[in-house]
Amino acid sequence: MAEIGIKDVRKTYGSTQILHGVDLNFKSGEFVVILGPSGCGKSTLLRMIAGLEEITSGEISIDGKVVNNLEPRDRGCSMVFQNYALYPHMNVAANIGYALKVAGVPRAERDRRIAETAKIVGLEDLLDRKPAQLSGGQRQRVAMGRAIIREPKVFLFDEPLSNLDAKLRVQMRVEIRRLHKRLSATSVFVTHDQVEAMTLADKLIVMNKGHVEQVGTPLEIYHRPRTRFVGTFIGSPAMNFFDTTIAASGDHVLLDGIAQAIDPVLGGKNAGTTVSVGIRPEHCRLVPAGTINSVPANIDFVEELGSGRIVHVEIDGLGFAVSVEEGQFFEQGAVAGLQLPAEHIHLFSLETGLRLDDAPVVMRQSTPKTVAA
Amino acid sequence: MNKRAVFKSWWLPVLFALPQLLLILFFFYWPAISVFNWAFSLEPAFGGAGERLFVGFDNFREVFADGEYWRSVSLSLFFAFTATGLSMLIAFVLAICVDRQLKGSGLFRFFYIWPYAIAAPAVGLAFRFIFAPESGLIAVVNTWSPDLWNPAKYGSHAMILIIICFAWKWIGYNFIFMTAGLQSIPRSLLEASSMDGSGPVRRALDIQIPLLAPTLFFLLVLNLTESFVGPDTFGIVDLTTEGGPNKATDVMVYRIVSEAFRGLNYSGAAAQSLVLIALIMVFTFIQFRFVERRVHYK
Repeated sequence: MAEIGIKDVRKTYGSTQILHGVDLNFKSGEFVVILGPSGCGKSTLLRMIAGLEEITSGEISIDGKVVNNLEPRDRGCSMVFQNYALYPHMNVAANIGYALKVAGVPRAERDRRIAETAKIVGLEDLLDRKPAQLSGGQRQRVAMGRAIIREPKVFLFDEPLSNLDAKLRVQMRVEIRRLHKRLSATSVFVTHDQVEAMTLADKLIVMNKGHVEQVGTPLEIYHRPRTRFVGTFIGSPAMNFFDTTIAASGDHVLLDGIAQAIDPVLGGKNAGTTVSVGIRPEHCRLVPAGTINSVPANIDFVEELGSGRIVHVEIDGLGFAVSVEEGQFFEQGAVAGLQLPAEHIHLFSLETGLRLDDAPVVMRQSTPKTVAA
Repeated sequence: MNKRAVFKSWWLPVLFALPQLLLILFFFYWPAISVFNWAFSLEPAFGGAGERLFVGFDNFREVFADGEYWRSVSLSLFFAFTATGLSMLIAFVLAICVDRQLKGSGLFRFFYIWPYAIAAPAVGLAFRFIFAPESGLIAVVNTWSPDLWNPAKYGSHAMILIIICFAWKWIGYNFIFMTAGLQSIPRSLLEASSMDGSGPVRRALDIQIPLLAPTLFFLLVLNLTESFVGPDTFGIVDLTTEGGPNKATDVMVYRIVSEAFRGLNYSGAAAQSLVLIALIMVFTFIQFRFVERRVHYK
């Protein structure tokens, strides 16, 4: 249990700046997910918290204590690595108990705690195996066991699920969440997988190119992406975008010459400016061609998902993905009408990529949702 | 697809192989056969190559009955184990330091490799000057106390000298292999270990040495073989101590050459050579056994 404070933290390698001044605060017991594309600096940030990477400037504190110059072993964090980093020459028990051995915990006590931990992560029967004899999921459990046996203040996860197959990933995700519920240590989880991020996070942080783009609960971020980047990065399939000019009246934009209503208050403030309009595939509507207020769209191809389908349409060279429910059929090559409901339209500035909005976007404030199993 | 050059005539490939075949014939097979010949026969007192006397194992009996021979064997063993231990230990420390990316490690990596490229006699010659008790760089210690260092007088000093020479030359070689071995250990293992609370020494003992074990074993066998029976040992001894003082550094490889070409006891030297060849075979056998069976993690 510990708070983590990150104050204006920067990282440069030579002349390349990786992190451009990151300010974050994690509450005690919170499950924080840092999400971003590869190379955005999220792993670097995590490794700086762990003490594996030097902090170029700025300050990281754990439980109010600045840890910039502390060795990793003195920070009270444990970490689960992407490739698990199990000691190949030790068996499962020795791997899990290594931290205790280094700490000089007596053998009997050590064995007791190894057994206890093995039970939590479900490895009781495999304690004598070497890592090479384990499956990917089992190795993952060993790595988790090794992290929890120390009863750390902070858990750090560096893309721990990305080496697992899809099914196992879902299962481990649930287990990590369950483990967090049980141990309730502050956890920082780095991933590039938005589904992991959405499902695990109390607090979600989206990073891009060394900047924090948005901080919030998963739902806040989904419903009110602060930047165009966040809009594209969260949600699957990705948000549709087109550039257009807000009509002088401020209540609509034109798509292929056909008016689509927008929020008149917001539009009124920005009348006449060219903006980037974003709308999620699940919020677009496909209607029979010729329906009023619909834009004629050629159906390119259809992706079946079972629970629904994704229809890819084309309007004057512009591609849109539309999620439709089961039972709605659209034929490839046919023409349909596309409608964009005003309440789901996001407007972003073309220059800055920032969301145009009535309400100021609230950063760095989140209500941790009550932990649900 | 198997790309293979096919020679139409038989003489062309033979011609290509000829230089190497001749070298092997003249410098390997011929001497080896001669050694066999010498080892089991005795040259008549007044010469006469065609009339050498077949004496069976008499030469070997004589060698084994000689106390000095056994002293030479034990000197060789002592030399081999100490020199190997020293060179591997130092190489390991250097390799660990370079692996930790301490300041200037790139530069040091470059320099540490050099000594191996220097021929043993050259190393011996250089060390002979550096460690000359009356005029070398080391001479200063003798101003503190006379004869603090005098390999020409004290057998133990001479032994230390050749051990240092050998270790110095082989540190570079060991260093290359150890550095390569250390670099193949995933960095995340060391990071995991440091997250688990271990310091640099603990990491070396718990993680790096066990994972480097195959490399260390390979180097151990190689160093032992080389220092026990290898040409480097001869070159170093010949240029520094010449087996002295009072045969205190008369290791096996050196003893054979000096018996044959200074003592002119060809038959005795040939018998010792065969023993040495047998030892090399034993060492090589061990080496192959263990190198073949190298433990593979993962």
